[in-house]
Amino acid sequence: MRKMSWAFLRDLLSGVNKYSTGIGRIWVAVVFLFRLLVYLAAAENIWKHEHDEFECNIKQPGCENVCFDHFFPVSHIRLWALQLIMVSTPSLLVVFHVAYRENREKRHNQKLYKNTRKTDGGLLCTYLISLILKTGLEIFFLVLFYKLYNGFKIPRLVKCDIKPCPNTVDCYISKPTEKMIFLYFLVATSCLCIILNLSELSYLLFKYSIKCYLKRHMKNKQGSKAIAVNQNSS
Amino acid sequence: MDWGALHTILGGVNKHSTSIGKIWLTVLFIFRIMILVVAAEKVWGDEQDDFVCNTLQPGCRNVCYDHFFPISHIRLWALQLIFVSTPALLVAMHVAYRRHEKKRQFRKGDQKCEFKDIEEIRKQRFRIEGSLWWTYTSSIFFRLVFEAVFMYAFYFMYDGFRMPRLMKCNAWPCPNTVDCFVSRPTEKTVFTIFMIAVSSICILLNVAELCYLLTKFFLRRSKRAGNSKQHPNHENKEETKQNEMNELISDSCQNTVIGFSSS
Repeated sequence: MRKMSWAFLRDLLSGVNKYSTGIGRIWVAVVFLFRLLVYLAAAENIWKHEHDEFECNIKQPGCENVCFDHFFPVSHIRLWALQLIMVSTPSLLVVFHVAYRENREKRHNQKLYKNTRKTDGGLLCTYLISLILKTGLEIFFLVLFYKLYNGFKIPRLVKCDIKPCPNTVDCYISKPTEKMIFLYFLVATSCLCIILNLSELSYLLFKYSIKCYLKRHMKNKQGSKAIAVNQNSS
Repeated sequence: MDWGALHTILGGVNKHSTSIGKIWLTVLFIFRIMILVVAAEKVWGDEQDDFVCNTLQPGCRNVCYDHFFPISHIRLWALQLIFVSTPALLVAMHVAYRRHEKKRQFRKGDQKCEFKDIEEIRKQRFRIEGSLWWTYTSSIFFRLVFEAVFMYAFYFMYDGFRMPRLMKCNAWPCPNTVDCFVSRPTEKTVFTIFMIAVSSICILLNVAELCYLLTKFFLRRSKRAGNSKQHPNHENKEETKQNEMNELISDSCQNTVIGFSSS
């Protein structure tokens, strides 16, 4: 059932692929291979029994529960899943816009756009907005991870003294090294995606500003030519 | 729980919805069903096993758990999602009935029928007007009612949306007032607030869609009344243009890639 839900996200991403630039397609591949697949194949299993395997050096009932809740307000794996879902969602804006264009053309039975799928005009704006949103969400989740867990380290031992624990109690986290490795992996792929998004953003802005500049330059040239011809004839 | 079947059913309805309806469906699938299945179910997975009470008395833990969690959050959400998705079935049934009628007309060889073959009837998209408008509007109304009822039930059963760490229990056979500790209370509170927030967004979307449909209805009515007064037999070009514009506004995003099947 969970695999089916992620299949939904995978379909969404592959649909987005059609309307992306080259860098956008690399982004989809990175998200799909290095993030989604790694999450499903490896990360989920590491965090599976985190609560059961969290042990405190005390027999007081309730102390383990309370300490676990204090040190893991939201589990890493849930944040990871939320991040994957949120980061894939802005691409829907582009999909909606393209569908709107195709629908309009069908309704009017005439060609309103040179190419419904090419990023120009309004679609370019939507695409840029989706890139900005994606980058923003990635940075938001990285900052959230950092703030919640005081960095990206997972200690082997944490000391806990919350009621009903009678004194300061030693609590041991399960598989801390493995979790840390995968956490660093998550951060690295996030950063890679941020870099890809930013470079795609700057590439598109650069490309279209050059286009605009050239268009204006050609118009000026044609204008001055026309004036020169008029002067000669008179 | 087979959410895939729900996905298939609602996908068919998607074609005949307004654009707000399509956004609602996207929010439902991505931010509610997907989050429920992928994340929330695991957070609540060990809720009974890790519900710990400070007593050795057998049966006390079971009784206390049952007292504080008559219906688990996860099950309530699943019920809410099913109930909220069900009114769309009314629309699906109405559309199927209309298609069936058109197919019958076609087979009879009725001259009024404008379709060339059965495939065209199957692929046709019906506009939201006439009796379909009433079905569609009542389905949105029921959706709103179900959302509100479930949100209230949640609030009433759990005294708000916060999950406490510690609960004091003195139900029989617990000998005295006993401290019981819930597993992962903070994570559960976070997800509860998230689901409530998305529920509220869905309610707002439904209200907006309802207002839009009512506005469209009254506009159409007043235009028709105005036309019948001035030009009883004149075909109003402006009205057809307005209708087209309304359709453009309402019928965007037809072929989203979410995989909704076009039936």
